[in-house]
Amino acid sequence: MTNRIVSVEGIARKFPGLTVFQNVWFTIEKGEFVCLVGHSGCGKTTILNILAGLDTPSEGVVLVEGREIEGPSLERAVIFQGHALMPWLTAEQNVAFAVSCRNPSWDKARVREAAREALSRVGLAQAAERKPSQLSGGMKQRVGIARALAVNPKLLLMDEPFSALDALTRGTLQEEVSRLVTEAGQTAFMITHDVDEAILLADRILLMTNGPEARVAEVLHNRLPRPRTRADLHHMPGYHPLRDHIMDFLITRSRTLAGTPPADYDARNPPVVELGG
Amino acid sequence: MNTTVPVWRAALLSAALLFALLFAWEMAVKGNATGGAATVDPELAALLSPEAARGGQTALPAPTDIGKRLVELLSDPFHQRGTNDQGIGIQIAWSLWRVMAGFLLAAVIAIPLGFVIGMSPLLNAALNPFIQVLRPVSPLAWMPLALYTIKDSSISSIFVIFICSIWPMLLNTAFGVASVRKEWLNVARTLEAGRWKTAMRVILPAAAPTILTGMRISIGIAWLVIVAAEMLVGGTGIGYWVWNQWNNLSIADIVIAILMIGLVGLALDRLLGFIAQAVAWQE
Repeated sequence: MTNRIVSVEGIARKFPGLTVFQNVWFTIEKGEFVCLVGHSGCGKTTILNILAGLDTPSEGVVLVEGREIEGPSLERAVIFQGHALMPWLTAEQNVAFAVSCRNPSWDKARVREAAREALSRVGLAQAAERKPSQLSGGMKQRVGIARALAVNPKLLLMDEPFSALDALTRGTLQEEVSRLVTEAGQTAFMITHDVDEAILLADRILLMTNGPEARVAEVLHNRLPRPRTRADLHHMPGYHPLRDHIMDFLITRSRTLAGTPPADYDARNPPVVELGG
Repeated sequence: MNTTVPVWRAALLSAALLFALLFAWEMAVKGNATGGAATVDPELAALLSPEAARGGQTALPAPTDIGKRLVELLSDPFHQRGTNDQGIGIQIAWSLWRVMAGFLLAAVIAIPLGFVIGMSPLLNAALNPFIQVLRPVSPLAWMPLALYTIKDSSISSIFVIFICSIWPMLLNTAFGVASVRKEWLNVARTLEAGRWKTAMRVILPAAAPTILTGMRISIGIAWLVIVAAEMLVGGTGIGYWVWNQWNNLSIADIVIAILMIGLVGLALDRLLGFIAQAVAWQE
């Protein structure tokens, strides 16, 4: 229990006459990478926004280190789907804004230095003076990653961070995130609908049924050994059964399982499947 | 169709058009003068300016006359010989001072108020009817009320400038602030940036281009209105000067004043445009 960072307890998003998702329970342990996979409309982004504190659930609570969350916090950094960089600031100033929020007492030089350091960690030291409009899509998202990591959050939240990028750039950035997260022992929660992305990055994958009344149908433990690289991933024994399982879920079972759960379904302990090891 | 044109070609065409216009004007005025040999009643001639008294020539001056007068006026633009004989530079300076005072006063009120309105949908809805009713009122309609309450003609014209330049700035600031991208606000929230820091570091720079557009519209309107306001209240300023020259029947001076008003208006617009460029951002 001491290692538990996040505990999501029975959250729901309800509108009059419409329940997007309900009775969602899951936890995130320290140092763990959890992916949430599901189709559009099952409320994935809402769940992430609730974890970030940008949104509140209609029912249920989210505990972070045992305390109910009250609004956004520097302890939970978000990498947004659109990079959400401020276009009037340079890459360095964008990161520096986050650093100065984290460390209000630091002087300008120190903030600048920390921002530079964060940018060089994502390989963008040479582009520090450029405005977002002068950066490629992949570079912008790198700045977004640097900004999120620069505040040393306890939890890193990512909302389909690479979905707007081309396949090649996406691959490089996935490995980059994998490396950064592993190096720092960073706890992370990511929403995605890219199956290989989930397999590459996640320790656990939460599979959500289609909405309305979406729920976590299954928890998949990814036992593929680390380090994983994109080059080797599909040669790893156990990769294919894992991938097939997720594909089957996304294509058929997310639909057939939707709606009223089976009689033996326990929302607090959804069925666990272990694969890849 | 929309290929770029070399600057020199456009400039050449502009110069040619200007020359053609001035030439036609000159010919029309001077040609008329030689043809018409109408005699002027000597008693009337005594009342008129020497040019008119010479007879025949229309009151409309030729470009060469205007040119001569322009040189005359600009050779000593800041002279002050009594209340009714002050240089054109002095008059323009008076008008500029009034426009600046009214405009800056309006900015000081409109920008913070627009900020608040833009942040609060409630205030926006509550104040909207007032703004919508007051905005289309001609600023000159406020003049009698201003003169009655303020009892000072110069301050009244500053008030009229204030009231006409406040609306574009207020509405643009409110709109700019209200349409700041939600994701930037979310970034600020997740970084726990605080209200003041979010306002200064996120909302203000995000809305700055829209605010500057409002300021640019405002200063344009203010410069339009000052001429009319000064014609009404008199005393000093380029508007008063124009009216004074009309009473003197100095058409050349009026033409020069029109040119000057245009040039100063252009300069004001360019100045704001320059600032707008400095705060502009692109995605």
